[in-house]
Amino acid sequence: MTRTLEPAAPRAGRAAPARKGRPPFAKWMAEFGWRHLVAVAVLVFGLVPIVYVISAAFNPNGTLSSTSLLPTGFSLGNFEKLFTDDNVPFAAWFANSLMIAVPAAFISIFISSLAAYAFSRFRFRGRRPMLLFLLLIQMFPAFLAVVALYLIFGRIGEFYPVAGLNTKLGLMLVYMGGALGVSTWLMKGFFDTIPKELDEAATIDGASHAQIFFGMILPLAAPIIAISGILAFVGTMNDFILASLFLTDRPEMTLAVGLKTLTAENSPASYFGIFAAGTLLTSVLTVAVFMSLQRYIVSGLTGGAVKG
Amino acid sequence: MPDQRPASATAAGLLIKIAVLAVVAALAVWAALPLIAAEAWWGLALEAAVVAVVYSVYLQRRAIQLKYLIPGTLLLIAFQILPVILTVGTSFTNYGDGHRVDKEQATEAIIAAGVQQTPGGATYLVAVGESASGELTLLLTDNEDGSAWAGTEAGLTELDDATVDDTGRVTAAPGYTVWDLAELGERQAELGELAVPTGPETGIKLQGLSAFEGRSTRSYDAGCDCITDSATGTVWYADDEDGSFRTEDGQAALVGWRVDIGADNYLDILTDPDIRGPFLGIFTWNVMFAAGSVLLTFAIGLGTAMALNKPTMRGTKLYRTFMILPYAMPSFAMLLVWAQMFNRDFGLVNELFNLDVNWYGDTWSARAMVLIANTWLGWPYMFLICLGALQALPSDSLEAAKIDGATGVTAFRKITLPLLLIALTPLLISSFAFNFNNFNAIELLSGGHPFGAGDAVGGTDLLITYAFRQAFGSSSADYGFASAISVFIFLIVATISAVMFRFTRNQEDVYS
Repeated sequence: MTRTLEPAAPRAGRAAPARKGRPPFAKWMAEFGWRHLVAVAVLVFGLVPIVYVISAAFNPNGTLSSTSLLPTGFSLGNFEKLFTDDNVPFAAWFANSLMIAVPAAFISIFISSLAAYAFSRFRFRGRRPMLLFLLLIQMFPAFLAVVALYLIFGRIGEFYPVAGLNTKLGLMLVYMGGALGVSTWLMKGFFDTIPKELDEAATIDGASHAQIFFGMILPLAAPIIAISGILAFVGTMNDFILASLFLTDRPEMTLAVGLKTLTAENSPASYFGIFAAGTLLTSVLTVAVFMSLQRYIVSGLTGGAVKG
Repeated sequence: MPDQRPASATAAGLLIKIAVLAVVAALAVWAALPLIAAEAWWGLALEAAVVAVVYSVYLQRRAIQLKYLIPGTLLLIAFQILPVILTVGTSFTNYGDGHRVDKEQATEAIIAAGVQQTPGGATYLVAVGESASGELTLLLTDNEDGSAWAGTEAGLTELDDATVDDTGRVTAAPGYTVWDLAELGERQAELGELAVPTGPETGIKLQGLSAFEGRSTRSYDAGCDCITDSATGTVWYADDEDGSFRTEDGQAALVGWRVDIGADNYLDILTDPDIRGPFLGIFTWNVMFAAGSVLLTFAIGLGTAMALNKPTMRGTKLYRTFMILPYAMPSFAMLLVWAQMFNRDFGLVNELFNLDVNWYGDTWSARAMVLIANTWLGWPYMFLICLGALQALPSDSLEAAKIDGATGVTAFRKITLPLLLIALTPLLISSFAFNFNNFNAIELLSGGHPFGAGDAVGGTDLLITYAFRQAFGSSSADYGFASAISVFIFLIVATISAVMFRFTRNQEDVYS
């Protein structure tokens, strides 16, 4: 994507320190001050719940009533309980979530990128109807098809017990199917922005369509692959309904389902701290993924729609 | 058009291709064995067809696009299209509690319910639970040989690896949830009527926490298509219209069967006053929730992006990093945290602002609550896409506006915003569609609360949470009706999206 920045601001206004210029503060306010004010105000709104979770996680008491915005004490007790309390198989939940979400994201992204390549580079009959159909089918609330998914997977389980109900593989297959439509669209949009002349040049050099795809398009499309991967991964991690219906044994649960069982309506009040600690550990993972791919995120999210 | 040469132009390519096709063949053989064992010839034929398609696509050289489309297409058919078709099919039936089985099984179950204990019949220890699909199940341990069985109104199946306690009672079995005593007490009523058919006139019936097998006093007569109870003289006649056995004074037996009821589920939504009234209310709030979420998140996101879209400003990187945080946090967990923050007595919101609002108690405060929390979850995404779009705007139109004397606000209103909207409309529409069905936000925050006394519909219920409760709520599952609502939701979202797409000038860009 080409990135056209706003025309450079007049030199004089550049990071004007308060001592230069005629009414320096007013000028600084007009140029930058309000921007900082907006940013700080929004940040406060954005960070309060996160600070609250951190404070709850380290709260020695662990109850909701004893938790306030800023920490009043410090203890690792909640984290300890996550791994020692028999009622909270947190490590198993974490492993389950990863074992389902990582392969599901990888495979569905790979398959979508194949389809996106076909839609972007080939012209064939039924291409536009297929694209529109893809857009349409993903609007069907997939998890309301749970009844149907039951019927299907109950049936599959009769023949192939490894992929039936109450198995990780079965849930993974559902997630893989669910992520296809969105990622194919996102990636197709991005592939369209890669000049076709590159393909032609590679063809003249004797490259086959597979070599063009794996050797050229995929590396060039790294931003959109990263962002589609994140979206698929995070979407899977956050899914609650399918996971709660598919995996019912306590040690087999995913993080979303497991952590929900620690909240007030299902557990004693003192579990709030454990819940917050679990949330914090889960977010370490997702935040790390986001931060490491940060530079791709802005271009990736808009890549499908905004053609720079 | 890319070239028409095969992918396997190189030796390595050829090897990879052979390897992949070999794996497909191995998988096909593995998948075929259970089908052959079960003599499921239709399944086998289907599998053979799929394998044949895969092989013919990858061994031909003309339609290269198919090689890239086939994996996705197969996955899409199996796990997206097929469920949708089945859902549509289900929406025309009365499938649900009381109508789960076919007519033959329903007949057997009713006969089994009339079972009387015969001396010397088998007896069982019982645990009660439900199958993964929510079917009421007796988990039986044979007192004679200790074998474990799962019995439903459809019949008996042997359990292979059930866990039992010292007395032999089943405590866990793969694929089943075993109820504890509290849940047992709550759902006692459903249990009383359950009987497991074991033969044409025999069945297993529950008695306290044990069960016995015996002979029924009821029998089925194909001539009158009715069931007669010789002990009480009651006669149930089959009603094929709504799939149940009825006595002459109209009382239905508890177990019915699955029949097509045409468009009744849809007509119920449109005509039944008990359903239509709340349905309109939910629909209105549903649209408000989706539109409100998009507007609020977009306003905050755009405002922040405008503020930070200044290359010469200090600290933008730092701000941006922190602003991604709410987006990077796991949303399901943060929704649960927000639910706690709105707690009336101990929650952070009331504490910080010194309020005493019972957020969950009143419809409008609950609605404000879910909107606030959902805005918190959504604005960083809007911020990111707005920032990306702002930076991609053509600089010449902004410069031209400046030369023409457009000041900040005018330039924003006349140039920047329209250009942004053109670029972002598809994303705004998909955000609307997403929030229209934002099950998690409602379920994890408010659970649909507040509920009026005896109401089936909560103040913050979306169509999708309402439908979900119809299908899986603890009282009685009505899959047919829930499926009809999902089809309805789909039609609404698809229509709204289609109309919105039509109004964007961007159409060519999106579809080309």
